[in-house]
Amino acid sequence: MRYSALEIVKQGFSGNRGWKPLWRDPAPKSAYDIIIIGGGGHGLATAYYLAKNHGVRNIAVLEKGYIGGGNVGRNTTIVRADYGQKGNSPFYSHSLKLWEGLSVELNYNVMFSPRGLLELCHSDGQIESYSRRANMILARGDDAEMLDRDAVRAYAPYLNFHAERFPIRGGLLQRRAGTARHDAVAWGYARGADALGVDIIQNCEVTGIDIEAGVVRGVQTSRGAIKAGKVGICVAGRSSQLAAMAGMRLPIESHVLQAFVTEGLKPFINTVINFGVGHFYICQSDKGGLVFGGDLDGYNSYAQRGNLGRMEHVAEAGMSMIPALGKTRMLRSWGGIMDMSMDGSPIIDKTHIEKLYFNGGWCYGGFKAIPASGSAYAQLIATGDLPAYAGAYRLNRFETGHLINEEGTGAQPGHH
Amino acid sequence: MRLACPHCGERDSREFSYLGDAKMAAGGEDFASVYLRENPSGAHAELWQHVLGCRAWLEVVRNVSTHEVISVKEAGK
Repeated sequence: MRYSALEIVKQGFSGNRGWKPLWRDPAPKSAYDIIIIGGGGHGLATAYYLAKNHGVRNIAVLEKGYIGGGNVGRNTTIVRADYGQKGNSPFYSHSLKLWEGLSVELNYNVMFSPRGLLELCHSDGQIESYSRRANMILARGDDAEMLDRDAVRAYAPYLNFHAERFPIRGGLLQRRAGTARHDAVAWGYARGADALGVDIIQNCEVTGIDIEAGVVRGVQTSRGAIKAGKVGICVAGRSSQLAAMAGMRLPIESHVLQAFVTEGLKPFINTVINFGVGHFYICQSDKGGLVFGGDLDGYNSYAQRGNLGRMEHVAEAGMSMIPALGKTRMLRSWGGIMDMSMDGSPIIDKTHIEKLYFNGGWCYGGFKAIPASGSAYAQLIATGDLPAYAGAYRLNRFETGHLINEEGTGAQPGHH
Repeated sequence: MRLACPHCGERDSREFSYLGDAKMAAGGEDFASVYLRENPSGAHAELWQHVLGCRAWLEVVRNVSTHEVISVKEAGK
């Protein structure tokens, strides 16, 4: 069913009894041309683009839980293209362009809201470094503006401009950046893939990968064995466990990142703000809750919950930059498990097993990457080659020295 | 989470700084030692330093899914 204003009217006249579930709930078949392991944003997008761009129809997405129940529904929904490194910048630039057309592409409102992203600068050095980054962003054709203190104050007057610990000297503003509704992204891609014939199989955990003579033959699951011509791993957060089933060790550690949301408020925070010096970022959801977070807890974790020390640190940083936050009440906090790669950048590549592909290592940048990651991974699986915009995300770059290290922190995943 | 430092007793995890997989203590400089990790979801031997205490490097075995601390000893001993 194609969604439209006319459809709403038609359904309204028939008592809204004609709406269908967004996707079927099929039992797994015994064999598929392609199996994507992981029904998160990236896995669903990959299946969608495999069907849409490459004409593959016999595809299954295997999800151990339910659609929208993993990291795609646990993130802080920020979309931006402000990367500086050569390997990253064309990728996120492409992804932002796909975001801008995504609701139309999927015929599903993902509520992409380009409300801007403001990165605060507090020193001469930061102004210089962000000016350089802004010029790199402009040079590749995306938007960036450097604001001075007065312009930041006019744009975000609720920031602290009085006796602050880190005086605001200016900021980098990317107006095309913003937020989207994370559940809608998962649901939209799931609906789009399903309509093109993809089987989305929930409650189906992969427990083993069948390999014969160096070629992948299928997977073992909690719902039985399934044969496959090609298999794509796409389970960021749990990548090391899946890769171990194929005898691989990855340049990845799993860490927990917390996020927080307050009670719903009237419109207050008009943009996305990165207060990098304080390890704090914030935006406001369309429901009115302030959504914010900070750094990783700092040690390996699969616990999906964070520690109190990090929560205090984030609250302190938030209070120092937006004192009015002290009047709001925090409703919820949660933790998501991040694939933290050794250089802070993702991996999309073939593996040493023929017809087995890997997509992971998204650190805490996975959400904004969903459209480009899906289209790049689909192209890799369908044709064997990555598109140019994702061509740097090779698995062997750690061995060859072609790292993409935005933060320059070395092989310390917890420091990216 | 609390870690029982062999010198200082049980202390809040905020007194400690984290390095990572204890295999790093071997100091290998090849690609696999520097970049590849087992990254298990259960028991994990890892290096912590008691930076706000005795400053000793510790080898902690911890279940990274439950944060249960299984053992703590001085690293390299």
